Amino acid sequence: MDFLISGTHINPVWLICVGFIVGICGGFFGVGGSFLAGPALFAFGVPMNFVVGTDLAHIVGKSIVAAKKHRALGNVDIKLGLIMATATIVGVETGAQIIQQLKRHQNVDFVVAIAFIIVLVGISSFVAWESWQTLKMGKNTSSSKGKPKRDVSVIAYIAKRFQRFHFPPMISLPNSDIKQISLWTILVVAYVGGVFSGFLGGGAGYIRMPAMVYILGVPTHVAVGTDLFEVVISASYGTLTHAIKGNVDILIALVMHTGAAIGAQIGATLTQYFHGVRIRLAFVPLPLLGAGLIIYGLVTGHHLK
Amino acid sequence: MSRSKKAASLQSFLVELVVYAIFVFAYFFLVLHFLGGWIKHVFDQNKTLYGFMALALILVQGVALETLTTVLLRMIRSRER
Repeated sequence: MDFLISGTHINPVWLICVGFIVGICGGFFGVGGSFLAGPALFAFGVPMNFVVGTDLAHIVGKSIVAAKKHRALGNVDIKLGLIMATATIVGVETGAQIIQQLKRHQNVDFVVAIAFIIVLVGISSFVAWESWQTLKMGKNTSSSKGKPKRDVSVIAYIAKRFQRFHFPPMISLPNSDIKQISLWTILVVAYVGGVFSGFLGGGAGYIRMPAMVYILGVPTHVAVGTDLFEVVISASYGTLTHAIKGNVDILIALVMHTGAAIGAQIGATLTQYFHGVRIRLAFVPLPLLGAGLIIYGLVTGHHLK
Repeated sequence: MSRSKKAASLQSFLVELVVYAIFVFAYFFLVLHFLGGWIKHVFDQNKTLYGFMALALILVQGVALETLTTVLLRMIRSRER
């Protein structure tokens, strides 16, 4: 099938399959799935500026589905999500402007691809190290019947330090079990996530979700739901600004989303059967797979069709 | 979960997947296939309009497909009972 806006020819079945897999990942890990969708689109031959914008558009449709499901499960902290959305939008615009600059210098494909690989390998390595250390600690991460799920991390002290950082205004987030935290800490985390979202596409949940757990100290299940809720708002803005700049092939996003819709339902349901550290450990190989797809595209110059 | 319950759960999931695939197949050929030319025309003429239209399309599809999958799940579960 020809996608006239981005000038690419892709088999729609591949797009639906990628959407389905990304949908399951999104619902399960609470990340938009751009660590797989973006590299897959690049491997299909979509120019990198369209990869970024189109992935953001696809994330909007998918996150609505998953966020609604997580809200029904009580995994969304609305107050935290709304605060983060404001700073994320500013970050998304910053990232979109960087893409425009790279487009003018005609090196958007190479620079974004290299940035993608560094981020994906870094995130995967960090989450693997943290999850492995946590499991080695031998803490009881499983829940017994009738007791709430425990969510432990070997670097939980980092979140505690950030929560002690006293720079007014201080706010409390009872739905995330946070008694007191500086508003600025939340805004900085959200802004950085927004820059990655606007620059690399998708919701940048691979940055924001770990940051919410390790820096803000939000329980993993709440971080998953709140991240999805926040992504709906920020990715909507990202879609709009990138589409106006001519970086969105909405038809690719629509086709990919048909697969993602059902995958997201399945993924969100799966979170009920796994616990914090297990979810994080299962996340490890996925960014590496995305990095592998980008390296394949860069090194061979061939595109999967 | 007992083995029979697991099998029933897997069966209903597969039924849902097949029904959903039929809907998506029909939607793809009836709607998306013919949308391409018109969307390209809007993209070339007015980027701002295209931006809002793109956002509206993905939001509407998101809500519509979520409703469809929820209805399908409900129908299959009620049939199981």
